[in-house]
Amino acid sequence: MGINLAVNIGGIKMKNPVTTASGTFGFGSEYGRIIDLNRLGAIVVKGTTLLPREGNPTPRIAETPSGMLNAIGLQNPGVDSFIREALPFLRDYDLPVIVNIAGDTVEDYAKLAGILDRAGGVAGIEVNISCPNVKKGGLQFGSDPESAAEVIRNVRQATSLPVIVKLSPNVTSIVAVAEKVAGAGADALSMINTLLGMAIDIKSRRPVLGNIMGGLSGPAVRPVAVRAVWQVYQAVKLPIIGMGGITCAADALEFIMAGATAVAVGTANFVNPRATVEVLEGIERFMAENGIKDIAELVGIAHRC
Amino acid sequence: MIHPEKRIHCKKYRIVQNEEPVPGHRLMCLHAPEIAAGAKPGQFLHVRCADSTDPLLRRPISIHRVRRDEGLLFMFYRVAGRGTSLLTAKREGEEIDVLGPLGNGFELPSPGERVAVVGGGIGAAPLFFLVDEIMAEIHKRGADLTDEQDTARQALDFYLGAATGSLLPSLNSFLVRGVRVHMATDDGSVGYHGTVTGLLQQHLDEQTHIDRIYACGPAPMLRAIDELAIRRGIRGQLSLEERMGCGVGACLSCACKIKNFSGDGFTYKHACSDGPVFNIGEVWYGH
Ligand SMILES: Cc1cc2nc3c(=O)[nH]c(=O)nc-3n(C[C@H](O)[C@H](O)[C@H](O)COP(=O)(O)OP(=O)(O)OC[C@H]3O[C@@H](n4cnc5c(N)ncnc54)[C@H](O)[C@@H]3O)c2cc1C
Ligand SMILES: Cc1cc2nc3c(=O)[nH]c(=O)nc-3n(C[C@H](O)[C@H](O)[C@H](O)COP(=O)(O)O)c2cc1C
Ligand code: FES
Repeated sequence: MGINLAVNIGGIKMKNPVTTASGTFGFGSEYGRIIDLNRLGAIVVKGTTLLPREGNPTPRIAETPSGMLNAIGLQNPGVDSFIREALPFLRDYDLPVIVNIAGDTVEDYAKLAGILDRAGGVAGIEVNISCPNVKKGGLQFGSDPESAAEVIRNVRQATSLPVIVKLSPNVTSIVAVAEKVAGAGADALSMINTLLGMAIDIKSRRPVLGNIMGGLSGPAVRPVAVRAVWQVYQAVKLPIIGMGGITCAADALEFIMAGATAVAVGTANFVNPRATVEVLEGIERFMAENGIKDIAELVGIAHRC
Repeated sequence: MIHPEKRIHCKKYRIVQNEEPVPGHRLMCLHAPEIAAGAKPGQFLHVRCADSTDPLLRRPISIHRVRRDEGLLFMFYRVAGRGTSLLTAKREGEEIDVLGPLGNGFELPSPGERVAVVGGGIGAAPLFFLVDEIMAEIHKRGADLTDEQDTARQALDFYLGAATGSLLPSLNSFLVRGVRVHMATDDGSVGYHGTVTGLLQQHLDEQTHIDRIYACGPAPMLRAIDELAIRRGIRGQLSLEERMGCGVGACLSCACKIKNFSGDGFTYKHACSDGPVFNIGEVWYGH
């Protein structure tokens, strides 16, 4: 008797609920040297922009208690190069490819969505309106419900691909942003992006990061992320990809029980490159041990108990 | 679906030895036949220091040496902070989670080239593997050589620099036949009094001929070597250090400045996957 792990994220059919958090898994080929990418339910690739970006000065990361700060600054080769150089590699896998996009203006986002719509081999778009590490765009859109909705309306018009909106925890009410983007045509939500933070090196008496501030991720942020999923699940009827500090199946199940349909592994990949596969195997084991036949039974179950 | 030649191993390996040959430094030996078999000089390992999530990230440590026939892999590390301190507590027989081999590694010299290898402090660690490989090549070829001139070429100059002498003698004792060691200390306690680059510069001024330089060490030393080599038209490679997250090219945290196409500016490359070894003349040190 088999168990059903397949999920649907706003039209993207995933054979299991485990995917990768954008920016922590490159374009796939890097970890493809360690694990079999075909095990993943989907892959979310590094954030892409219209033009290539150099990223921020170093140091770009700092370790913190059970977490890390990063200020990569959306370094990427630009969408055209991504389509030409990186996408063909992923087409060889049986794996929906979700492309994370970021822009300085509403038009950038819409253009990116249009380009990816025509690229072929892209299963969905994740709109990053929550990057804390760039001066323009990013969080500027994600922290104001109206601007967020404006971005999503334009992306929606530019593509027929499923649109996932990546939400920031650096806001007064994540629910307010979620409700607005749902109304603007989002097909799914992903949360959370990193929490804005910083660290100071007391020896040099200076900020550790070249960019001064950066985004906090890893196990340290998990309770904040689980809370965000819980609140948004209650308010909005869109499928959620939950992420923030997931290292093992137990962590992932917390998100699923809080209301996430799928989960993404981020920082944990750096620590344990097999984390995605281990999360998947652990979920399967949990379901078998507890007589659960369909992963859907677990989604949001904590709200019903 | 994973290409065997591109495979990166991620596994727990048994510790065969973790001793302290010099105060504050450790020589750790692992039984890791898969990694030892495919490893190249200049490549590194990404080591998990704790089973918990704090400290969270792995620590990059170079491959110091290998013994392929026995499947052994050596690391030589300085106890620098929390992660490396935790490593010192690991005992023989315990296991340690290692990811590798990572990075590109050095390009070996062409037959007959005169080579100088330059290590500053703990930066010397990966150079022993390089020296071992170059000498093995030379000895293999040496079997067919007889005349004087050829024997002169069967040598390699290894320049070792450190703040003070305590680290150097034990490093020196590792070396094999045919390696000429030159030592420099900042305080003059052992060998040349001054920087290792100063010593190399002196030898070059005294007509020592060098075709190729390999260097690893602190950033100011690498910069000095880069300038010196460019000025004298000597080819070679440098191994850089940057803070690392993933170690495999996925997170883009280990950015280092590499000259752009026209040479008037820089572009970021990644120490873990494009490096850690870069060609002399390639690294951007600003104007
Ligand atoms: C490619 C490469 C090869 C290396 N090979 C060796 C080696 O063979 N032997 C050896 O003793 N050391 C080596 N180092 C340096 C070694 O990685 C650091 O000493 C170590 O990470 C310090 O960790 P810690 O927790 O003890 O120190 P902490 O200062 O507590 O570390 C805090 C954080 O900073 C990072 N960090 C600190 N110093 C360095 C550094 N110099 N380079 C990169 N990251 C650093 C740590 O990884 C960690 O994330 C290498 C570094 C690189 C990049
Ligand atoms: C090094 C790094 C780079 C990231 N880059 C991106 C990015 O380009 N776009 C994006 O939407 N999120 C990015 N993120 C955020 C992650 O996708 C994720 O939302 C966050 O790290 C929380 O998950 P985690 O704790 O499992 O890492 C990045 C995170 C890290 C650590
Ligand atoms: S350490 Fe992640 S890209 Fe180099």
